[in-house]
Amino acid sequence: MNILVCVKQVPDTTEIKIDPVTNTLIRAGVPSIVNTFDSYALEQAVRLKEKYGGAVTVICMGPPQAKAAIRECLSKGADRGYLISGKEFSGSDTLATSYILARTVARLEKEWGAFDLILCGKQAIDGDTGQVGPEMAEHMKIAQVTFVSEVLSVEASAVTVRRDNEDREEIVQAYLPAVVTVVKSAAEPRFPSFASIIDTWDAEIPVITPADIETGGERIGLNGSPTKVKKTFTPQFVKKGVVIREKSPKDSALKLLSLMSDKALV
Amino acid sequence: MDYILTDQQQEIRKLVRSFMEKKVKPYINEYERNSEFPVALHKEAFEIGLHGFEIPREFGGTNVGYKTSAVIYEELGKIDAGFALTICATNLALKPVLISGTQAQKALFSRLILEGGYASFGLTEPNAGSDAASISTVAVRDGDEYVLNGSKCFITNGAYANVYTILALTDPSKGARGLTAFIVERDRTGISVGKEEDKMGIRTSNTVEVVLQDVCVPVENRLGEEGQGFKIAMKTLDISRPFVGNIAVGMAQRALDEAVAYAKQRVTFGQPIANYQAIQFMLADMAIKVDTARQMCVHAVDLLEAGLPMSKEAAIAKCYSTDILVDVASDAIQVLGGYGYMKEYPVEKILRDSKIFQIFEGTNQIQRMVVSGALLK
Repeated sequence: MNILVCVKQVPDTTEIKIDPVTNTLIRAGVPSIVNTFDSYALEQAVRLKEKYGGAVTVICMGPPQAKAAIRECLSKGADRGYLISGKEFSGSDTLATSYILARTVARLEKEWGAFDLILCGKQAIDGDTGQVGPEMAEHMKIAQVTFVSEVLSVEASAVTVRRDNEDREEIVQAYLPAVVTVVKSAAEPRFPSFASIIDTWDAEIPVITPADIETGGERIGLNGSPTKVKKTFTPQFVKKGVVIREKSPKDSALKLLSLMSDKALV
Repeated sequence: MDYILTDQQQEIRKLVRSFMEKKVKPYINEYERNSEFPVALHKEAFEIGLHGFEIPREFGGTNVGYKTSAVIYEELGKIDAGFALTICATNLALKPVLISGTQAQKALFSRLILEGGYASFGLTEPNAGSDAASISTVAVRDGDEYVLNGSKCFITNGAYANVYTILALTDPSKGARGLTAFIVERDRTGISVGKEEDKMGIRTSNTVEVVLQDVCVPVENRLGEEGQGFKIAMKTLDISRPFVGNIAVGMAQRALDEAVAYAKQRVTFGQPIANYQAIQFMLADMAIKVDTARQMCVHAVDLLEAGLPMSKEAAIAKCYSTDILVDVASDAIQVLGGYGYMKEYPVEKILRDSKIFQIFEGTNQIQRMVVSGALLK
């Protein structure tokens, strides 16, 4: 199987700092991680590779330091990774980003052959839009399945997945190639090992630039982004209440008493 | 300590930290309560390579270097002292082989660790602790073999090791100069595991008696020459001492972190206790101890990496880190008050775990002898 995984490097904090002038995220000084959902996407990809053979390619758009995210993916089982980077890309919204990613896929397919499956996290934990994966599928005119908790099987021309909804699960089949966006699931992202960190440390991570993917300037960066962010802010944290619903009112009362006594309120 | 670590070293630290947080921390207390050796958790640790980071790469390990090892031991110590000691003890047994072994001996020992996960260092005996020269285990040459007889006590990993480094007398008339070090594989006839100790702390580590009765090992298993055992053992302990210090620093840091977190949320007389100077100064004193201990361990490891003499500094690092550990653990309980004394909270365990650190790998009195010996020689 020829699998591609899209990952994003995101700040490891819920307290995101915003540039008040440009209304974009300030990333300097904030520790970065691979977007949580993308880690699950990578885990699905590596498990599929282990089951069916093939290779896993990772792409990540971001500044040069985003190579660290790609290196982490390599240490967890990806075979190769590409950084998509260039100042012309900066300021891209989800539409421009998904276009850039779709163009990158086309460029990489010249080298590695057509990808059977493109896996993304369902959304990034910083922007939370959940748009990039589906938009990629639209740009590429291929099938998409979102909110997938497990890729169950892959046949010659179709993929079967379990899709998580709030009130039910669906088993869905889609023609290949397809974009599949992944939620958190029981397939926890694996740890790298000492050996895999060391072995992949010096792996070459080629950089894809605007020139490599032949994009018209009007479709990328701020110019190619119809989304205009008016204001970004951190919502006020409001403490949630505790619901106590034990088997009987008496049990509930006892539970309440024990919670209060734990907090030394009684 | 981040500023002295390379990106790769930080990445390895991150791996160890997240592994310990996710795979060990949630489960270790139950093992501790039952005094059970957490084999299942070790297995997962071995899968990521936590048993091979001091083994040279040519023999299948990842040899991350002393500084990274120091950082790893601190991370292990933060979560569980017993877990940290299990790994540290395996590497303690490896060190004499790395110091004085042939290529074939290093390959053998490395392979046995990588296959089985555990090794043990056998120096201490019922009547020979601090006074290592009083060892009574003997090794008698018989053709191409040595025959070992004796009993080793307080052996960490002893019941689970599939290889031991054993110190035995080849010439009892010479005392310490008659000691020789041997590699003894577990499957040799005549090795048995005696009593398992019921300990005050480090209850997730395995501490047993190991009995050697007419155990034959080939001459190829002798490390160095006859009579070099004491020197090899002392060099081993010099190298290992800063790492014991690092584990202690990790434990003390955890105790401090728990105390700080509690002080911020515990309210008395209408405000968090962290607002009171009595608590603030306690926390500050704890931090002063933890930070200086860490720096001393780093200094000893720096000297070690540079190939400079470091016996005195290693002794200071071990002695100081473990002494402050007992203080800091006790103070953390004080900050948590009555809750700190209860098993529901994590700090009483740190105090129980801490005491042994002033005793093993050379008591802190022995460390002071090493330090004063270096001053007065």
